[in-house]
Formats: sequence, C-alpha cells, structure tokens
Amino acid sequence: MMNLQSETLRKIDEVIPHYPVKRSAALPLLHLVQEDQGFISNEAIEWIAARLELQPINIYELVTFYPMFRQKPIGRRHIKVCRTLSCAIMGGYRTCSEFQKQFGTGLGEVSPDGEVTVEFVECLASCGTAPVVLIDDVLHEKVDAERARELSEKIRSEARASRGNT
Amino acid sequence: MPAPEQFRLIFRHIDEPGYTNDLDCYVRNGGYETLRKSVARKPEEIVDDVKKSGLRGRGGAGFPCGVKWTLLDRKSGKPIYLVVNADESEPGTFKDRYIIHKDPHQLLEGIMITCFANKVERAYIYIRGEFPEGAKILEKAIAEARAANFVGPNILGTGYGCEIYVHRGAGAYICGEETGLIESIEGKRPYPRIKPPYFPAVLGLYQCPTIVNNVETLCHVRHIAERGGEAYSKIGTPNNTGTRILCVSGHVRRPGYYEFEVGKITMGQLLNEVCGGPLPGRSFKAVIPGGSSAKVLKFGERYKGKRKVGAEMVDYDWSLEDIPMDFDSLAMIGSMGGSGGVIVMDDSVSMVEALANINAFYSHESCGQCTPCREGSLWMKKITGRMVHGQARAEDGALLKSVADQIAGRTICAFGEACAWPTQSFVAKFGDEFKAYPESKKAKRADGVPDLV
Repeated sequence: MMNLQSETLRKIDEVIPHYPVKRSAALPLLHLVQEDQGFISNEAIEWIAARLELQPINIYELVTFYPMFRQKPIGRRHIKVCRTLSCAIMGGYRTCSEFQKQFGTGLGEVSPDGEVTVEFVECLASCGTAPVVLIDDVLHEKVDAERARELSEKIRSEARASRGNT
Repeated sequence: MPAPEQFRLIFRHIDEPGYTNDLDCYVRNGGYETLRKSVARKPEEIVDDVKKSGLRGRGGAGFPCGVKWTLLDRKSGKPIYLVVNADESEPGTFKDRYIIHKDPHQLLEGIMITCFANKVERAYIYIRGEFPEGAKILEKAIAEARAANFVGPNILGTGYGCEIYVHRGAGAYICGEETGLIESIEGKRPYPRIKPPYFPAVLGLYQCPTIVNNVETLCHVRHIAERGGEAYSKIGTPNNTGTRILCVSGHVRRPGYYEFEVGKITMGQLLNEVCGGPLPGRSFKAVIPGGSSAKVLKFGERYKGKRKVGAEMVDYDWSLEDIPMDFDSLAMIGSMGGSGGVIVMDDSVSMVEALANINAFYSHESCGQCTPCREGSLWMKKITGRMVHGQARAEDGALLKSVADQIAGRTICAFGEACAWPTQSFVAKFGDEFKAYPESKKAKRADGVPDLV
C-alpha cells in the first residue's frame, strides 16, 4: 500500500482542481510522488492512475518518456552535471568525471557508500556560467574539477553530520 | 564604431543592488500600475497596441505576437487559454531563468495584461523541470499577487477574473515546441501535433483556442502596454522592434546576458567589446547565433547580397563581425536569431567534436514520432560519435550531410530542421576539417582541451 506523507496527499488534493481535466494532473502527481518516495514504483504508477481515473499505461508511458522520472531509487544526493555544448566546451566532461572519481561510481548508479547518484543531463539553461551542476534542487555555477572536489567534500561532511545527529 | 549602451527594459532591475523578487519591491518600483491602467481600457485597444508595436516572439521563430493573438478563434464559444512557455531549453539560452528568479512579478504583470486583452480566464506557466527553485518562486509570486487582487477573481474591482497556475515539466526538450507543450499539460507524452488542423489559436489546449507565448515576449507586452504601441515600435529597428536579451556563452572573456535595442549592435561589437573578445592567446573560430539549432557561422567568412533599407534595395558585403543582431539580418545570411543564445567557439575547438556533442543532444531529445527525425538524429549521433571515439573516414562529412538532408521538411514539427541544421551547416562551413579529421585526430591532443562527447 502506498504510504504517502499527509503533506503530499494534501498537495495532491490541491493540484488536481487546477485543471478542467483530471489527466492533466499526471505530471504534477508524478513529481509529488517521486519527491515523497524517491522514485516511481509500479505500485505508484497504479495508484496515480487510479487517483486520476486512468489506466496504468497512461502513467507508465510518461515515466518512460520524461527523463526526470525514475523507476529505481538513487543515492541520497542527486548530482546532475550539464553535458550540452556550452558546458562541454568549458570543461563539463572533466567536472563529471571528477564527481564520479570522488564517489567511486559510474554514471547513473548509486555510489558504493549510497551517498550520491551522478548523472549527465542535457542543458540546464545557465550557459553563461558554465560548467553548471544541479545538486538536488540547487544550481552550482562555474564548477571546474577543483570546485567539484570541494562540493564532494561538502556532501560527505554533511552526510557525516546528519549521521552524527541520528 | 563603439558598441551602443545596453538598453535595459526587461532586465532593468536584474542585478540592481537591493532589488528582491517579492511583491513589495516590485510595487515600490511602479509594478502593477500598468495592469491597473490596462484593465480600465478596452481589451481591443491593448491588442492593437501590441500589433502596432511590431513585437516579434522571443522564443525562437520570431513570429509577430499581435498577429498570433488575432488568429485566435474568438467565435467558438470555448474558453481561451494562455500558455506561458517557460520551458527554456534551447542550448545556449538562459534569459528566462533570470526573469523568473529575479523579477517574477514582471512576468505575472505581462501575463495578466495579455489575459485581459484576450479575455483569457485561465493561464498555465509551463516551467521546465530543471527549474525547481523557479517554480517555487513563481508559486509564491502568484500567491502574493492573488492576495493583492492582481490575480484571481474580480481583479481590482473590475469584475474580470483570471487564475494562473504553474505546471512543471520533467526534462524533455520537445515540450518547448508549442503543441508538444500543450500535449504535456494535457498529461500525455509531448508528441507535437500536426498543423493543420491543430494550430493552437484554434485547436489548442483541450481543443480550445490557445495562445502560447514565451516568457520574454510576455514581459515585452507589459512594456508595450505601459509605453503604447507606437512609442515601443521606435525602440530597435524597423521590423525588429524593441529590445533583445542576448545570452552569450562559451569562449569569450565576459559571457553573460546583455540587453540591447534589436539590430543596433553587431556581432563584432557584442563579442569583442561587450564580451571582451577571445580568451588570452586564442582566436574566434565559429559562433552559433540563436541557440544550438541555429546554423553555425564561421569567422573570416563574408556575406554578400541585397537587402531592403527603407524602400530601396541596397548591396551589402558583411564580415561576420558586421552582422546586426536582429531577426532579419541573421535570417538573410542563412542562420537565425532564434532564442538569442549566442554560443562562441574558439580555435581550440574541433568542429567535428562540437557537432558530435550537439548531435548527442538532439538524438536524446527527439520525441520519436517521425521516423526521419528519430532515426536520422540517432544516425548523425552515431556517425559523429564514431568519428571521435572510433574510426573516422574522410567521406563521413558527405554521409552526415546525406542523412541531414533527408530529415528537414519531412517531420511533424520543426525539430526535424533543428536537428538537421547543425549538421548541414557544420559540414558546409567546415567541410575541410571533417575531411582532415581522420588524420588530425592522430596528432596528440593539446593540453587542457576538454572532451566534448
């Protein structure tokens, strides 16, 4: 059974009436469920479909099309490095391999310590401050290899701090 | 000739110390006064102002905004929708990001004036998924504007009401195509619709008449309503009115966003003076003038022909540096002003590798509906990828061109052109480099040259 937080359920109830047709709320619901659960499970697909009076395929075909939805869990932090031209000519590939090296992980995998998933994504629309990286919801600009090392260290120290607190 | 001063209309308050993105700050700076005046006018007068202003869409195609509005089917009896295209995803473009993050109420005021002028009662802002912070800022701004009665029912006591909702995308470039975007709001895969019959002005969102406008375009509407259409049309140059935000990225000393009167600044002034010229020890090689799908231009090339100045046809003979940065001039020399994203590459860049990077983008983003685009973009990616990482052949340039030539014009939407133009122009302009690539890649790579694919 889906175990969504009450805040997520409240937001779901709030967003559906924004549209004259329930199906329009499919993307908003996928975002909300993914933020709540970390990924979109088959169960979530069925739950969202039922909530919007659709067939599961109507939701599944969105999950497989839109790059931001995922069907597997990721690391605790999500590092998205821009791959597109303006970032690439300013060293985006080096930035990406530095993050991979720092966490000993391949692209799109959960790092062995469970801390991060490093991904290459297409244009993040901040080309004037290339190379750019989105970590969770925060954009970092002019991230060269050295800055990538600093950000990695910050992620690790934040992880240590949160483990210390629990 | 020295570069003109920036003319900051849309970006007037961006970077202003102490300027914040909340309602109080916007109102302190005269915000929503234009909306207040506009709702006391006849809607038709505002549409007329926008027509007189000559405003052309800032999203990519440069279609006249007033004409777009007059194409709306107003007799159907169905509700009319406004969809704000905030899907900013054309590589090289980053203007809307700053409007949304730093001056969201300017956009909301432009939206409300547009809605009032076109009798729209519901607007959706389709914001790309990669702007999570932007979506939150817009939602907060809408709540503030609603509390102040600038958005919502019975706006400023006029009896007119309109709601604005934020709709987040999820990482697909094709959602920037207006009919794909509409499908996406309807909760489907964003497969672009075929036109005719599905022109948004007639059969748009939920098969109702719909306006789809870019974020920057709607901000211009606010300034047109403030100044009047005639006065606005004096900014810029004939048929290329107003200001334009140019986003410069890549190999210049001062990349960033710059706002100028359209057509008043040349490529040379922009890159050499405003952006400080090439990086130390390097020289400019190529520039993509309007987002990554615009055809590439080569430094050292000359462009000749006849152009209209007033009522007369005059000869022009331009270097790349002489080209005015407006819609018509860039189209005349075979490229486009597109979304205003100027990507600069210097002599350290291999054109084969740069094209491989672009092809990987378009292959990833093709929606897959039309065979020529789905297969062609993938083949172009595979060929350029093989050239870089595997065996390159002297005839690969010709092969690439033959694939690209079979895509454009054979697809439902303009993505076919968008993915073919880079390959066609790179091979046409830098054909020798493609031929020489099998030999040149044997040489040792210079230190510090980054991988592009």
